[in-house]
Amino acid sequence: MNAHTDVLHGAAPPRRLFERIRSHRVLASVLVLLALPWIVPNGSVAVNILVYGLYGVGFNLVFGYMGMLSFGHAAFFGIGAYCAGILVAQAGLPWWIALPAAVLAAAVLALATGLLAIRTRGIYFAMVTLALSQCVYFLVYQFPRSGGENGLRGVNVAEVRLPGLRIDLLDPTATYLAFLAVVALALLALSRVLESPFGGAVEAIRENEARARACGYHVEHTKLMAFVLSGGLCGLAGALDAIHLSNVAIESLHYETSGLVVMICLLGGMGTFFGPFVGAALFLLVQDVFSLWTEHWQLYVGALFMFFVLFFPKGVWGTILEKTHGR
Amino acid sequence: MDGITPQLIGLQLFTGLALGAVYVLLAVGLSLIFGMLTVVNFAHGAFFMVGAYAGYALYRIVPNFWLCLVLVPVVVGLFGMLVERTLVRPLYGRGVDYPLLLTFGLAYVMIETVRIVFGKQGMPVDAPALLEGSANILVGKFPLYRLFVIGVTVALLIGLWLFIEKTSFGLIVRAGARDPQIVRILGIDVGRVWLIVFGLGTGVAGLAGFLAAPVQGISPEMGGSVLTVAFVVTVVGGMGSLVGAVVAGILIGIVESMAVLFVPEAAKVSMFVIMVLVLLVRPQGLFGRAGLMN
Repeated sequence: MNAHTDVLHGAAPPRRLFERIRSHRVLASVLVLLALPWIVPNGSVAVNILVYGLYGVGFNLVFGYMGMLSFGHAAFFGIGAYCAGILVAQAGLPWWIALPAAVLAAAVLALATGLLAIRTRGIYFAMVTLALSQCVYFLVYQFPRSGGENGLRGVNVAEVRLPGLRIDLLDPTATYLAFLAVVALALLALSRVLESPFGGAVEAIRENEARARACGYHVEHTKLMAFVLSGGLCGLAGALDAIHLSNVAIESLHYETSGLVVMICLLGGMGTFFGPFVGAALFLLVQDVFSLWTEHWQLYVGALFMFFVLFFPKGVWGTILEKTHGR
Repeated sequence: MDGITPQLIGLQLFTGLALGAVYVLLAVGLSLIFGMLTVVNFAHGAFFMVGAYAGYALYRIVPNFWLCLVLVPVVVGLFGMLVERTLVRPLYGRGVDYPLLLTFGLAYVMIETVRIVFGKQGMPVDAPALLEGSANILVGKFPLYRLFVIGVTVALLIGLWLFIEKTSFGLIVRAGARDPQIVRILGIDVGRVWLIVFGLGTGVAGLAGFLAAPVQGISPEMGGSVLTVAFVVTVVGGMGSLVGAVVAGILIGIVESMAVLFVPEAAKVSMFVIMVLVLLVRPQGLFGRAGLMN
């Protein structure tokens, strides 16, 4: 057995550097992200890229890998943010309870909305997820503890204490590294899921749902599971956002936050592992640069997005992957 | 529950009808475009908003409400046709998600352009003098302008029905919604039909915006919440079904205004409750054909 594989390895041409990187995508992603704070203009933007990148990664599981366009992921991001926010600011609980609770809350919400939305197909899915997330928006708006229009304030996590380690979250670089550790864990988990047979089933649904069903995969269960996982990851991103900003705005549940992640994913490259971070960086840098110059930066972001839909539907990272990989 | 008289319920029913009328116009346009082109127009709310602003701008040039009533849908419809020809057309045959994403980006551009031209602040819009005041309908006094909105909607729906059911062009539209390929084989320029239907759908959305302006005022963001409503109405009614759009629009308008009366805190959520119920019982919508989306 061993000899056999050795022979195979010996016979195979040396793998290209690129493919070697691909097989260690989590490590490669984390290494690139490690350099980010020294590349982008300021620390806050770097943390935002990380948080919205993670939001995009979660969304990408449903949109990119499973091929279902959801316009309601703000609900999961927002619920994660509100859950962590309320636990920290009002119940005074530590971060290590708030983060898992946010993931759980978002996953439960994803389960409930998923059960409804997955009954519909194709284009319906986008409309139903949007409507359901708008419903969540109104419910949270009226929820007495949410602070309504003013949002939630005082989500202060000043420091993170681990055995033998004390991280000061008032220092942007330390915050970035602490967040990166959380993101790395999430990426690791996602990578394992994507490599598992379940991940294969998810992509099979994207490629040909009828065939996946005929092969004996339980399509509805797979869709629901992926939707719940995706919701959980987005909830984690929301919780990190709440801790980063020390507050939660009601806009985090708004339809535009759902649209934001669609843009991030498409700009970066849907269905690619690292694409969402590239998309988040592109979106936030365009926003950062254009908002210095004009208050109407949304015009340029919208036009850029349309340009990508028309001419680069694979996004920046997707196009790069295609060029380096294709023949 | 004090002070809720049958009269009040009757008046609120009419308020719901006027609200529903705007929803119907939005959903009919959305459904028409989807039924024909299988494009979900995410900029539909933005076209609604542009209709309101086009009315505001046109009224300053030609201060005649009735002329504007005719001109606004034409202007917005022509703009819609321009969008179809230049932006949506290249995406046909590339999957249903792409036109949706494109129109989503387009909505951003349209909203921001309106902000640049007209400013960020919302503005109130007056109803024409002739339609101010109220009329005595059996249950009490009711704002005349809202009755007018209901009337215009009914007239437009009758016109649309005649156009689709009784004209030869309508026949092509119906056939094209069933099977565009066969229609093309029969020697009909489907591209031209799609162009006209897109213009028609967006024009009706523009008209809805123009009609809604004196009721709710105008602001660049007015299309956002309306888009959700239009989606809910189309999902409840059944995608691509015009009858469904009409029934669901009226239903949701009335339920919403009744909720304002009886359970005000649940008014905004009421339409979603209906949608959830419909999805549980009949996922294809009240009048939708099963399997249309496969």
